[in-house]
Amino acid sequence: MEQFLAVFLTIITAATPLLIAAIGELVVERSGVLNLGVEGMMVMGAIAGFAVALLTGSTLLGIGAAIAAGVAMSLLFGFLTLTLVANQVASGLALTLLGLGLSGLIGESFVGQPGLKLPTVFGIDGLVPFSLLLTAAVAYVLFKTKVGLIIRAVGNNHNSAHALGYRVIGLRYLCVMFGGGCAGLAGAYLSLAYTPQWIENMTAGRGWIALALVVFASWRPLRTLVGAYLFGAVSILGFVVQAMGLGIPSQFLSALPYLVTIIALVIISGNKRLTRANTPACLAQSFVPDR
Amino acid sequence: MKKLLMSVAVAAVALSLGSAASLAADKFKACWVYVGPVGDGGYTFQHDVGRKQVDKELGDKVETVFVENVAEADADRAIERLARDGCKIIFTTSFGFMDPTIKVAAKFPDVKFEHATGYKTAPNVATYNAKFHEGRYILGQIAAKMSKTGTAGYIVSFPIPEVVSGINSFMLGAQSVNPDFKVKIVWVNTWFDPGKEADAAKVLLSQGADILVQHTDSTAALQIAQEQGKLGFGQSSDMIKFAPKAQMTAIVDTWGPYYVERVKAAMDGSWKSQQSWEGMKEGLVTMAPYTNMPDDVAKMAAATQADITSGKLNPFTGPITKQDGTVVGEAGKPLADGDILGMNWYVKGVDDKLPQ
Repeated sequence: MEQFLAVFLTIITAATPLLIAAIGELVVERSGVLNLGVEGMMVMGAIAGFAVALLTGSTLLGIGAAIAAGVAMSLLFGFLTLTLVANQVASGLALTLLGLGLSGLIGESFVGQPGLKLPTVFGIDGLVPFSLLLTAAVAYVLFKTKVGLIIRAVGNNHNSAHALGYRVIGLRYLCVMFGGGCAGLAGAYLSLAYTPQWIENMTAGRGWIALALVVFASWRPLRTLVGAYLFGAVSILGFVVQAMGLGIPSQFLSALPYLVTIIALVIISGNKRLTRANTPACLAQSFVPDR
Repeated sequence: MKKLLMSVAVAAVALSLGSAASLAADKFKACWVYVGPVGDGGYTFQHDVGRKQVDKELGDKVETVFVENVAEADADRAIERLARDGCKIIFTTSFGFMDPTIKVAAKFPDVKFEHATGYKTAPNVATYNAKFHEGRYILGQIAAKMSKTGTAGYIVSFPIPEVVSGINSFMLGAQSVNPDFKVKIVWVNTWFDPGKEADAAKVLLSQGADILVQHTDSTAALQIAQEQGKLGFGQSSDMIKFAPKAQMTAIVDTWGPYYVERVKAAMDGSWKSQQSWEGMKEGLVTMAPYTNMPDDVAKMAAATQADITSGKLNPFTGPITKQDGTVVGEAGKPLADGDILGMNWYVKGVDDKLPQ
């Protein structure tokens, strides 16, 4: 039982950063913006959270700083793509590169210093229930409220939304900032809860996994939750199987989380027409108001 | 998505090379290619400590340049760029850089290449490696003495000879203390992913291991040991700051003296291709202070270290029983270097199937 619990807790810690980052990106993409800079915003959140927590002695301030760092990065992206109408794919990639480089630079003096860890209750820190609430809240707002309807409308047809008098650019800015805040928070989860330390590049590709989760979950919050936990579970169970010495090739076990998650989400999102209906039609398209 | 990742990797290399290229070119240029970030606090960090020693000792005549975070799949381009930018000697510091190094070296016969931990050489390619397994024998002895459950958890990256010989040496050390000692092995298939390393550590502890050993680069596993009141060992670098109550010792890679010697050799023309494989005796492999253990265990560890350093003890002294029951090595004689450098089998007692 104890062993089961330990494995379960490990799965939760593995899934939580993916979930937080993915939920943020989901809102961004629902509003019609593709921000490929999740990895960069996340790693900036990781260093900002780590540094501020270490300097002030407060993990709460650290989390605040991480969110702020993510939002700041996303504002840069927003300025490039929404105000200057630059290409979203290229800008997102640039944001990732910038984040990885800048965080390494800022973090240079923090390498090799043990950091602070978020307090836990029964092995669970506050961000875990928060991430679940966040998912529920996003699901509710997106599909049950007028605000959600407007966000989806802007993502599906920005010209019509504009014609109806909604401020497409302003709304997209808000969504992009929300995504940035979430990515920053996910980064802080890594450097303050998962492995409380700063190491360059410590996100190790989790931003990209979060991005993929959003797509394979066909832009639905609850499916994203399933995907993130499934990914975490299969990764951890792979280690469990190895530690038991069953002789299953480890390379196969390493690939399994990707395979299982993709297959499961594709099956869940089986109905092609519904999937198409869920795909934001204006994803990654720039919007220039014509009048 | 893969395509996107590729372009990110390409752009990252281009950026890092851009900064490398802007430096002055009159001094003798020595260059390093790292697989991880210099801030990893472990393997790459220690290589960079070695590079800095070259800077310190030969700084008025030598200019050092490094490229970090080079993906193994993208190594060709990174190495070739350095060669074109006037590097006279290039150290490539990861096993996965072996074939790219050989390939690029063929195009630049006047540039000297040094590849770490591999086995392929050419007239202008030398290899260098350290006998890390010597340290792992000591870890094994300590683990067997300190473990209450008689089981260690071992987190490993890739099934290359260096890692496999490390596992074997660890087991032989452990078996010299407790013949029934067990090890649980988890391959994480990465050198550097703190999250994954931490996950593997948690899983191993939950499965009854109470000592953690790692052959991956970050401090994550040791932190988990500290958190859960278990014990472990540092890797590549002294990680005591991260786990003051958990780290018992660490194998510390000390590359500086080797780098200084080889850069000097390349400058005065005495450089020759060779396969350097040095260990405790030459000071390449050192041990962090023995902590968090009773005095008698620390004494035993220090005695073993002294014996390995003096050459009295070789971890791979025959006869050694393999996992499949066959016996290698003559009684009282160490295995040939080639057998250890190309090791692709487990010793008896390892309960894992070696990934092929």
